[in-house]
Amino acid sequence: MDWFVPSDLRVEIKMESQLNQKPMRRRPWALGVVIFLGLILSGGGYAAATQTYQAEFGSPEQISEGRKLFLANCASCHGTNGEGAIGGPSVIGVGAASVDFQVGTGRMPGQASGPQLYKKPVQFTEEQILAMAAYVASLAPGPAIPAEEFLRTDGDVTHGGELFRINCAMCHNAVGAGGALTEGKFAPGLQGVSEKHIYEAMVTGPQNMPVFSDANLTPEDKKDIISYLKYVEDFESVGGYELGSIGPVAEGLFTWIFGIGFIIAITVWLGAKAN
Amino acid sequence: MSDLEKYTAGSATNIVRPIADPGLEPHRERMTDKSEHHARNAERQVSAMFIISMIGAVIAVWGFFAFPIVEGDLSATRNNTFWMGIGMALSLLGIGFGAVHWAKTLMPDNEVSEERHTARSTDEARAQAIEIVKLADGESGFSRRKLIRRTLYGALAFFPIPAVVIFGDLGPVVGDTLKRTMWAPGTRLTRDPTGIPIKASEVTIGSVFHVIPEGLSELEEHKLEEKAKAAVLLVRVNPGDLKEDPAKASWSYDGIVAYSKICTHVGCPVALYEQHTHHLLCPCHQSTFDLADHCKVIFGPAARPLPQLPITVDDEGYLVAQSDFLEPVGPSFWDMRK
Repeated sequence: MDWFVPSDLRVEIKMESQLNQKPMRRRPWALGVVIFLGLILSGGGYAAATQTYQAEFGSPEQISEGRKLFLANCASCHGTNGEGAIGGPSVIGVGAASVDFQVGTGRMPGQASGPQLYKKPVQFTEEQILAMAAYVASLAPGPAIPAEEFLRTDGDVTHGGELFRINCAMCHNAVGAGGALTEGKFAPGLQGVSEKHIYEAMVTGPQNMPVFSDANLTPEDKKDIISYLKYVEDFESVGGYELGSIGPVAEGLFTWIFGIGFIIAITVWLGAKAN
Repeated sequence: MSDLEKYTAGSATNIVRPIADPGLEPHRERMTDKSEHHARNAERQVSAMFIISMIGAVIAVWGFFAFPIVEGDLSATRNNTFWMGIGMALSLLGIGFGAVHWAKTLMPDNEVSEERHTARSTDEARAQAIEIVKLADGESGFSRRKLIRRTLYGALAFFPIPAVVIFGDLGPVVGDTLKRTMWAPGTRLTRDPTGIPIKASEVTIGSVFHVIPEGLSELEEHKLEEKAKAAVLLVRVNPGDLKEDPAKASWSYDGIVAYSKICTHVGCPVALYEQHTHHLLCPCHQSTFDLADHCKVIFGPAARPLPQLPITVDDEGYLVAQSDFLEPVGPSFWDMRK
């Protein structure tokens, strides 16, 4: 568990625990073990939480603060121990990254049920989000909040662009403008999304997005993808106005209205008599 | 009189006019006809358009030199094409608008009627034409000399045959290339584009891997053709979510399934995967496949499921193909089942 580890080792160990444990965590038998562990940790785990810790994230005070926030704001859907209920899935094993993404982008707490949860103004402070993340991370291991070094945008943009086109562009559009999915769902636009949230989405697979674990795209790969997205965000379009970067729909509409409109106007003028 | 009798046989000419011919509108003089002042204005407008045309040409040349295309600077290309396009459009439109405005305002606009004549030639002309044909037939002996006539028909029929043979050989023989891909028993599944093999343990539930066959990156030729056929989407779902046909149950490995990424409709890459609904959507025409149910088509124009690649793991834990796809990938074609 993350908080047993001195702060200087924490990042490295987190990455390793992700690699080793993630593939196993959703095996059928693993769920039982995870729930069992979760119950032990949330019920009897306070004894463990009385030990002394150096790390700030995952300190017992933070976890207990996070648990209070969780009970007050999340438990009606996700269960009092995070085991899930009618309204929402279990959060055991989803990791701190998932909480930080869902709450940090305002998607959680969910406003209404529907095909997909929307982004909305964030409901909690950074401190409260971290506390809830620490609590959920304490239930079972899961993807951690990414280290700063993978959130810089000085990665290999070309490589990131290639990975983005192979893994992401089919849903999110070649420059991250977003796009439609089935039955009312959609892949959101990625312009203006923070580096941290992009990373967390890849590693946790929020809602219907698939997971891109570190075994698939390494943290370096993820950094390159983020660098590519930030590059195209700031890049002046070569072809002139982007019209939302959504491709033939907007461009076709523009051509039909203004291009064909201009031709019709000329035709009318050609046929009209001078007065 | 019945409706039918109003029309002459074989002609669309209406001989009974339901509406009287309104004739020509009275000629209305234009302002430019009535006043020398207006005519002079129109003259100035026309020449202004021609001057705009000249300015446009200058703008185009200016844009070409003011924004030279510099290698690596993409915004230079943007300004170059923008100003050249604007300039050349003004140049051409100026001439066109000027010419039309000139014709409409200053050239004579008196209405003129031209009567339409019947298309039929006179009886004398027709008889004369028949005479000429008959004379030519008699002189050439086309009807009389059967040997010549028939061999000419033969020559005309044989003439296009070389063209058919030559054009038929323009491309490579298709053979069975549409029916097989690079996948073979034991071929490892590797990541696109790096070609690093994938271990089953690395594919977590909810993960999607974009897969190419081992060795694709090293191909010397036809790399893209092979990739276009062999591209695979690898997904791990909760094994309990899979609705597997018992005959194909051995094609997946512990919830890991591999399907062709090429749509069976017109061959777009199908890769819009939804983790929880297991829907796989094709972005081109919205064909939707249920990945949990052997990629059955649940919406859209695709006519058959995406072919499944039977997979297993080798001794080292890497995912490998059991065989090639058991049916052709990509758009369906007429003799695909043969």
